[in-house]
Amino acid sequence: MTLVLGIEGTAWNLSAAVVNEDEVVCEVTHTYKPATGGIHPREAAQHHAQFASWVISNLFDEMAEKNISPNDIDAISFSQGPGLGACLRTVATAARALSLSLEIPLVGVNHCVAHVEIGRWKTPAKDPVVLYASGANTQVLAYRRGKYRVFGETLDIGIGNALDKFARSAGLSHPGGPQIEMYAKDSMNYVNLPYVVKGMDFSFSGLSTAATDALQKHTLEDVCYSLQENAFAMLVEVTERALAHTGKTEVLLGGGVGANMRLREMLDIMCDDRGASFYVPEKRFMGDNGAMIAWLGLLMYKAGDTIEVEDSHVNPNYRPDMVDVTWLKE
Amino acid sequence: MAEGVNEMIRDGAEAKVIRRNNRLVKSRVPKRYRVRELDERIRRERTRAEARLISEARRAGVATPVIYDIYNSTIEMDYIEGKPLKYVISEDLCEILGELVGRLHAAGIIHGDLTTSNIIWDGNKMWLIDFGLAFSAGDLESRGVDIHVLFQTLESSHPNHEVLIDAFCRGYRLTLSSADEVLDRVIEIEKRGRYA
Repeated sequence: MTLVLGIEGTAWNLSAAVVNEDEVVCEVTHTYKPATGGIHPREAAQHHAQFASWVISNLFDEMAEKNISPNDIDAISFSQGPGLGACLRTVATAARALSLSLEIPLVGVNHCVAHVEIGRWKTPAKDPVVLYASGANTQVLAYRRGKYRVFGETLDIGIGNALDKFARSAGLSHPGGPQIEMYAKDSMNYVNLPYVVKGMDFSFSGLSTAATDALQKHTLEDVCYSLQENAFAMLVEVTERALAHTGKTEVLLGGGVGANMRLREMLDIMCDDRGASFYVPEKRFMGDNGAMIAWLGLLMYKAGDTIEVEDSHVNPNYRPDMVDVTWLKE
Repeated sequence: MAEGVNEMIRDGAEAKVIRRNNRLVKSRVPKRYRVRELDERIRRERTRAEARLISEARRAGVATPVIYDIYNSTIEMDYIEGKPLKYVISEDLCEILGELVGRLHAAGIIHGDLTTSNIIWDGNKMWLIDFGLAFSAGDLESRGVDIHVLFQTLESSHPNHEVLIDAFCRGYRLTLSSADEVLDRVIEIEKRGRYA
């Protein structure tokens, strides 16, 4: 059995996990919760710095209960990007320290690809079109010729940020997505909002602003309902196009916004109409988690895809299509 | 609606295309996952935009089907008799295509789906069809992506694609003054590898 310890900390969630080929052995998470408003990048990084040793020592304690020593670990993996620069650097520092002190290889992981791979691990999906919808990232991905290609993506902000931005302006607390979902359930009254799909890409910042303006004339329930219907239809349309274009027959959902039941329902209907299969991993593997970083770390480690500390710079704009998929054979 | 025998040309995710005698009837299909008001609005807006761009392109000197009728999310237009470029491709035809796309881009129109199936040669004239993904834009990136899609089609289906691409570029430079900048951008887009 191979054991890999992975650390995630691209944004608000600091999480470390140990996985082997079969399962997540243990996972410890400490989440940065802003007192008011959204994520403050510096505060998030300070949170990670403050709790990194707490997370790792708790993880080691959990390992000890299962009779696993830190010396049994084969490699350390960490989120190399994309994410908030200060958060990435903090987590990378912790990962380098572990790699040097345990004298085991370091693996730099692309956060978006990790979302894809944990979904493939934890669902029956084999070669899916992936809708990855989170706070900062919104992309439609699929594997083709050695890389996870981006078939469509947001031209400005992520879907989750758009929802949070609207929620704040409507006086709802952070994170806004679950609250919007709750209010939306009390309406069936669609009010017109901008639907922005350009080719295979989507844009959400104008939609968020238009939804805020719509509150002047419409109830919160109606605007929440319309915002969800509008934004999710944009995501589903591009996902369907990617299915048609690639000829693939599976859709996998990932990212924190994937928790939304209406988004799942819409994807399910679309897949049903096209005769495609729709997969959603359990909730703990949808939002940012240490297990996905450890799992992709394990795949890459076994493919010999490790890096030296000198080459372990973080990249806040690390795109999934920059990664050579060394662990898959066609 | 004209009487006659219907022949299904394409049963796509976005639209159904039927041939009825000498007319082509394109209808955007409803999506069950979208709330009805939104679904109808999108299909109506896109149908109108497509019809408008087809007519604008023709006014700019690019041969496109004549439109007879637009209702709800359906367009009735001329059926263009001829062969898709992919079956008759040659260096000369690629140069003509370059001129055509240059004129289209100079008029501020991006086709959005320039494959050799959407270009028809009728023996003496070249036509552009299927403006379903077309939009108005004049920036380098939009023009570059438009051409990148075409080059990819050429590279994947024609062994002598380098000669064909050179011929296209010759024609494109004749009708678009900023052609060189666009073609530089195409190379950059290829390197990004994102639309592969």
